[in-house]
Amino acid sequence: MPLTLVLEQLLNGVQFGVMLFLMAAGLTLVFGIMNLVNLAHGSLYMMGAYLTVAAVQWSGNYLAGVALGLFATLLLGMLVEVVALRTLYERDHLDQVLATFGLILFFNELAAIFWGRAALDLPRPDWLQGHIELFAASRYPLYRAVVIGVGLAVAAALWYVVTRTRLGMLVRAGASNRSMIAALGVNIRLLYTFVFGIGAALAGLAGVMAGPIYAVQPGMGELILIQVFVVIVIGGIGSIRGAFAGALIVGVVDTLGRAFLKPLLGTVLSPTAAEAAGPALASMLIYLLMAVVLALRPEGLFPSRGGQ
Amino acid sequence: MAETVLEVRGLAKSFGALRATDGIDLDVRDGETHAVIGPNGAGKTTFIKQLSGELHPDAGQVRFAGEDITALPAHRRSRKGLARSFQITSIYRDFSALDNVALAVQAHAGHSFRFWRPARDDGSLTEPAAQILQRVGLHQRKNILAANLSHGEQRQLEIAMVLATRPRLMLLDEPVAGMGSDESQRMIGLLAGLKGEKTVVLVEHDMDAVFSLADRISVLVYGRIIATGTPAEIRANAEVRAAYLGEDL
Amino acid sequence: MTRARIAFWTVLVTLLVLLPPAAAALQQPFYLDLVRKAMIFAIAAASLNLILGYGGLVSFGHAAYLGIGGYAVGVLAFYGTTSGWLQWGVAIGASALVALAIGAVSIRTSGIYFIMITLAFTQMLYYLGISIEEYGGDDGMRIKTRSDFSGLIDLGDPVAFYYLALVLMLACLFLVHRIANSRFGMVLRAAKSNEPRSRGIGYSPYAYRLVAFVIAGAMCGLAGAMFANHTAYITPEFMHWTRSGEIMFMVILGGIASTAGPLLGALVLLVVETLLAGWTEHWQAILGPLLVLSVLFFRRGLAGMIPGSRDG
Repeated sequence: MPLTLVLEQLLNGVQFGVMLFLMAAGLTLVFGIMNLVNLAHGSLYMMGAYLTVAAVQWSGNYLAGVALGLFATLLLGMLVEVVALRTLYERDHLDQVLATFGLILFFNELAAIFWGRAALDLPRPDWLQGHIELFAASRYPLYRAVVIGVGLAVAAALWYVVTRTRLGMLVRAGASNRSMIAALGVNIRLLYTFVFGIGAALAGLAGVMAGPIYAVQPGMGELILIQVFVVIVIGGIGSIRGAFAGALIVGVVDTLGRAFLKPLLGTVLSPTAAEAAGPALASMLIYLLMAVVLALRPEGLFPSRGGQ
Repeated sequence: MAETVLEVRGLAKSFGALRATDGIDLDVRDGETHAVIGPNGAGKTTFIKQLSGELHPDAGQVRFAGEDITALPAHRRSRKGLARSFQITSIYRDFSALDNVALAVQAHAGHSFRFWRPARDDGSLTEPAAQILQRVGLHQRKNILAANLSHGEQRQLEIAMVLATRPRLMLLDEPVAGMGSDESQRMIGLLAGLKGEKTVVLVEHDMDAVFSLADRISVLVYGRIIATGTPAEIRANAEVRAAYLGEDL
Repeated sequence: MTRARIAFWTVLVTLLVLLPPAAAALQQPFYLDLVRKAMIFAIAAASLNLILGYGGLVSFGHAAYLGIGGYAVGVLAFYGTTSGWLQWGVAIGASALVALAIGAVSIRTSGIYFIMITLAFTQMLYYLGISIEEYGGDDGMRIKTRSDFSGLIDLGDPVAFYYLALVLMLACLFLVHRIANSRFGMVLRAAKSNEPRSRGIGYSPYAYRLVAFVIAGAMCGLAGAMFANHTAYITPEFMHWTRSGEIMFMVILGGIASTAGPLLGALVLLVVETLLAGWTEHWQAILGPLLVLSVLFFRRGLAGMIPGSRDG
């Protein structure tokens, strides 16, 4: 197996992992601080992609479109929080699951109404096309490399804000003791709306970057959402560090599995057996990994130290 | 020589830098009502939780009826005959009083993997439950939803549930907490009726209850037992008076 | 049983029994189909009610068993085994085994973890279904012959199948009712009501929850086998997680922890879906907000509202 191929798939795994991280960070923050199970997080990812497609078409400029799309998703997230989700903070998880499930149906259909059910195309701009040179005489698509870069930069920024700023302290304090920060006079409602907005923006960013790589269509959010759940379970709820580790692990395992499991199996099984078992096993890989982690460390790899 | 039902040796538990339990030694004799008192923050609830199995101690040993139960989880201790009532009433609010007690009876009446016969039609569960409710004085209220009982009645219900598990030792965490004087007199009367029949470890603030019920008292201060003795001995103990500074003994 | 309850069930069963001749008279076979589908889903909802309504386990992966049951029928038929006894037996057995495996791992967790894990495992099975090209992969496959019960009943006859579904549904509702009120069920419900208290009196909830999970999985597997016969088609969509959400809504709308709830919920949800779908292609855009509103404002469910339908 040529090294360049492995390297390329490894980088693809990191790229996928970075996107999973953006989604997982938002979701785990919202859960850790507001104790809210938000199944509609994937819808924000989807709307991020769609709104960017629309903004790029309208403005004719890729960067302007991206900025607009991101901003619109942030606003949408905050709107959803104020209108629909506020009442759910007090409710039990079952209610939250059901209500956000209803939101998913709504958003998916909304996308279908405005943009149809067929997958849309978001072409990458000229200056993001082409390849970059890596060592071992291999090349890697520039766009994907940029995605990795942006994702890592956001991760670093997030880490900085959460560990080094006052806002971050509030966020971490809120994650470990909700009523305490309220007692300290912090405007909880504003904090919650803000945190939710950030989560939405992160999901939207993932959606924005996903456009040129994955299909933009109704239901795209749920496909990635469940993988995000696996990330959070493996990494530990409420922990950004856990989200990062979990996301990279899941991204790499899934990508490498899909690329190499079938050929690997082909060396020990017959071609037809490998043909059948390979893709099936590859798609199950991350769930099996989740089951193993659960059996050994039920709280995840890096659980947040605060209790619920 | 009365048998020692509960033996605690060198029990210790820390939460970070806080030594909630700092080397407790305690003996509880068969049939006695042994009160554990102490100022707020002395670590009484932490102590009780280690006895009931809800908290695992960092060090030390708990022996019950001669057996080392230090590592046993709560539900297994219950099966061995060590039952607990909670400081904040913990009952099944959406079930009737009778159902509550019947569930406790059921836990110690054979296995519960029976899928067909309605439990409420099972006389072997409902009759003992009704008798126990009679004993604690809740017989008239047996079909009332637990959530609709008064606070005092709910505490009585909790005692009933503890009794229903046919315990050898009852750990009662502030049984008269939050009760008016009528209700607490009733509860004290109920507990007095159990003296000699059951071994009781009683954690309480209410000195009326403590001094009328206890055979022996242990005083817990900052996670350690500073004195153990009869009520008269404890009343006279200078250290105890100092620890309680100004409290009404 | 109180007089109101006897009246309620008599009326309900009578209506259901009279539906096929009524539908024939009105020349609307569509209603037969709809109500039969509702009854099959009522079985799935009743099984979920056992673990969710009575047990408090928010399992978002229940559709998995619908899929396993359906594929048991479809795959066996694919290889030429059309005996209903075998197919449905395998459907129930395989579902029970998978439920045991998933439950053993998941039930050690709780709260949000449990929800996400059950969802993830179901998705895993969904992907498995998609990736097996033999059985149609993404598109699924036709089932050419329905389950054969040695000539005792012809599932190709819509009316006969309807009455079989009616009988099986009533049996399942009754079974869940008995289980919920048995010693076993009381422990399950107690653990939901107050877990620390349950441990305090000597129960360890894990074993009870696992057994309930397996029973629920098996019953849902039966529903899956029936559904495959109903649609004569089996696709991975059977176990899509949105279907789990649908079943969950049936349980909630009907009324958690009630005997009639699953049936009422299934009927209402399917009727609403059908009405909306007849109205507009984008009916989910209306259903979604309706569901959100029902969660926010209508928590008690239908069984609380119809006289006689609420359990004692």
